Amino acid sequence: MTSSLCFNLATGAYFASMVLFVVYLASRINGTALLANLLAYAGLAVHTAAIGLRWYESYQAPGGVGHAPLSNLYESVVFFAWTIILIYLIIDLKYRQRAVGAFVVPFAFVAMIWAQLRLNDSIEPLVPALQSNWLTYHVITCFLGYAAFAVACGVSIMYLIKIGKEEKTPSNNPAGGVLSIFPSTKILDDINYKAIMIGFPLLSLGIITGAAWANYAWGTYWSWDPKETWSLIVWFIYAAFLHARFTRGWVGRKAAWLSIIGFCATIFCYLGVNLILSGLHSYGG
Amino acid sequence: MREKKNPIDALWDFFCSLRLTIVTLILLAVTSIIGTVIQQNLSPEEYLQEYSEGTYKLLDSLQFFDMYHSWWFLALLGVFSLNLIACSLKRFPRVWKAATEPVLIADDSLFQTFSNVDEHLVSGSVDDVKNRMETFLRQRFAGPIVTEKDGVVHLFSQKMPYARFGVYVTHLSILIIFIGAIIGSLWGYKAYVNIVEGSTESRVWPRGSNAPIDLGFSVRCDEFSVSFYEGSDRPKEFKSLLTVIDDGKVITERRPVIVNDPLSYKGITFYQSSYGTTGDTLLKIKATLKSTGETVDLTVRQGQQVALPGGASMRVLNFAPSFQNFGPGARLEVVDAGGNRTSFLVLKAFPGFDAQRNTDYSFTLSDFQQRYYTGLQVAKDPGVWVVWLGCTLMVVGSMVAFFLSHRRIWVTIQPIGKKVGVKIGGAAHRNQPGFELFFDELKKNLKSELGS
Repeated sequence: MTSSLCFNLATGAYFASMVLFVVYLASRINGTALLANLLAYAGLAVHTAAIGLRWYESYQAPGGVGHAPLSNLYESVVFFAWTIILIYLIIDLKYRQRAVGAFVVPFAFVAMIWAQLRLNDSIEPLVPALQSNWLTYHVITCFLGYAAFAVACGVSIMYLIKIGKEEKTPSNNPAGGVLSIFPSTKILDDINYKAIMIGFPLLSLGIITGAAWANYAWGTYWSWDPKETWSLIVWFIYAAFLHARFTRGWVGRKAAWLSIIGFCATIFCYLGVNLILSGLHSYGG
Repeated sequence: MREKKNPIDALWDFFCSLRLTIVTLILLAVTSIIGTVIQQNLSPEEYLQEYSEGTYKLLDSLQFFDMYHSWWFLALLGVFSLNLIACSLKRFPRVWKAATEPVLIADDSLFQTFSNVDEHLVSGSVDDVKNRMETFLRQRFAGPIVTEKDGVVHLFSQKMPYARFGVYVTHLSILIIFIGAIIGSLWGYKAYVNIVEGSTESRVWPRGSNAPIDLGFSVRCDEFSVSFYEGSDRPKEFKSLLTVIDDGKVITERRPVIVNDPLSYKGITFYQSSYGTTGDTLLKIKATLKSTGETVDLTVRQGQQVALPGGASMRVLNFAPSFQNFGPGARLEVVDAGGNRTSFLVLKAFPGFDAQRNTDYSFTLSDFQQRYYTGLQVAKDPGVWVVWLGCTLMVVGSMVAFFLSHRRIWVTIQPIGKKVGVKIGGAAHRNQPGFELFFDELKKNLKSELGS
C-alpha cells in the first residue's frame, strides 16, 4: 500500500459519496443518503491512513527529509479536503441532516481531484524557514477553521435556495420536491452560525500561531504581508458575521451572503494570494 | 414628536451601536485589500516604473503606498477601538450585575419570560418539598441559594456565571494587542546587520534609515555555513556561530543561530536572515616541481604572489565556485625564473588534468574556503509580551464566549390549598437548544423525584 494509492481511493470514495448524495436529492430514498455517508466515513478513514503513510514515507526517503505532510500546496490541499470531511461528519453527527452532504462533500472532492491531477505530489525536503513545530500547529488550526467555513458556505447556499423558493410559494406551504429534504431554513441558519462559531476561534488561533512563528523566524509578528492581511480580512468578515447576529435584520439571508463572501475570501487567502500575489508564503505555491 | 438628543448622548449612542461595529469591520476588510494589491513601501522610482506620474501622485496623496500606517486606516482602527470600548462599557455593568448579584426570587413576570418551565402539585409540607428540591438541584445541577419570603420558598441555582465575561475578555484582548503593538513601535526597532566571518559589530542599521543604532555590546560572527540536501540545491540549514561580547566579557560563545532559532541578549534578538560571500576566498593548492617530485601545499588568497620551489612564483588570477559547469576552478599564473608568464586553469573536480601539460610544474586545487558574511535581522520589541498576553486572552475569551453558557434555574415552592405547588423555570444566556435538551431531561427526573 502506498500513500498515493490511498489518496486515489479516498478521492474515489468522495466521488461516489457525492454522486449518491445527488441521487438522494433526486430520489429522496433514505438508503442512498446513508450509503453516501458511509462512503464519506470510509473515505475519511483511507484518507487518514494516506496522510499517515505519506508522513512515514517521508522518513523512509534518503537525506533526512522526514516531516509532517503539511508543507507544500499538494499536501495542504489534501489536508484541507480531510478537514472538510471531518468537520462535515462532526456536524452530521449532531444534526443528522443528510442533504447537507450534497453541498459539502463536493468541496472535498474538488480539492482532492485537483490535488491528484494537477499538483506536484513529490515529497520535498523542508527549507530552513519551514523547519519549525509552529508549521504543524499553524497549518492544522488554519485548515480546521477553513473547513468549518466551507461547511458554513455549503449550508448558506442551501439556505438561499430554500428561502428563495419558500418566499415565492404561498405561505404555510413548505417547499416540496427536492427542497422538502433540505433542513428547515431555521436549522440551516443555525448550522451556518455553529460552523462559523467553530471556525472563528480556530482561524484566530491560526493567525496567532502564524504570528508567533513569524516572530520566531523573522523577528516580527506582523508585517502586513498579503497572506497575513488576507487572513485578517477573513477574520474581519466573520467577526462582522458574528456581531451581525446580535442585531435584527442581519440574520437569515444577509448572514448567508456574508458567510458565502467570507468563504470566497478564505479561498482567496488560501490560493489567490499564493497564485496571484507574492509574499512570505511563496513556499506554499 | 421625537425629542432631540443632546450631542454628547448622540455621540455616545453612535459609538455604542452594533451597526457601527459591522460597518467598521466591513470597511476594514475592504480597505485592507488595497495594500495587498499595491506593493507597499517601495521607492518612488520603483512606483514610477509601474504607474504614470498622475496616478503615482494620486495614490501617494491617498497614502496608498504605506496604507496600513496611513491616517485614515489608523483612524478606522481608532473608531473600531472606541466602538469596542463604548459597547463594552455600556453593557458590562448589567452583565456584571447579572453574574454577581443574581435575582434570587423569580416572580410571575420573570417566569413568563422563560421558555423552559414546569409545574407540579405535590402532597407534603413546604419544608419537606424544599429539602427534596434542594437535594434534587444539588445532584442534578448546582447547589441552590434559598430565600424564604411570606411563606413562599425560592430556590436559585446557577452554573458558569463567568461565561458572560468571555465576550469582554475577547474585546479587552484586542485592545491589549493594540497596546502591545504601540509599545513595540514606540520603543522597539527592526534593523539588520551584516557581519563578515571573524569580524565584530556593535552597530545595526534600522530599516529605512542611514543612522546606525549602537547596541551597547558587540557580536562576533565566528563562522557561517550553509548546507544543502543531498543531490539537490535546496538549502537545508543556514547557520551562524555568534559570540556576544559585553564590556570586554564573553557572554555566550559560538552560539549556533539558525532560522527558527534566534539569539537574544538584553532584549535584542538576532535572527538568521541572509548570507553572502565577501569575494575573499582562501585556496588550498598543491604544487609539484616535476623534475624533483618536490610537492608543496599552498594556502593563498586571490592575487597573492607566492614563491615555488625551483625559483618560480605563482598567483591566483581569479576563482569561481562554479566554472562553466565544471565546478570550482581557479585561473593561475606562473612566472618562471626568467620572467616568462603562463596562465592556465585548474579545476577541483579534475585533479590529474594539469599534470598533462608539458611544463615544469603541475598544480591541483585541493580545496577552497570562501569567506562568508551572515545577514542578521535585529529586533527589539518590548511590546511583544503584551501582544502574546492579548492573544492568549483572545483565545481563552472567545472559547468561553462561544462554548460556555451561563445557566440559571429558579424554583418557587408555595402552599396551594392542602398541597404544595412547585414551579421550576430556567434560562441560558447562550446555546438555547442545548439548554432545552438539558431542561427536558431535568423535567423527566423531576417528575420521578416528586412522584415517588
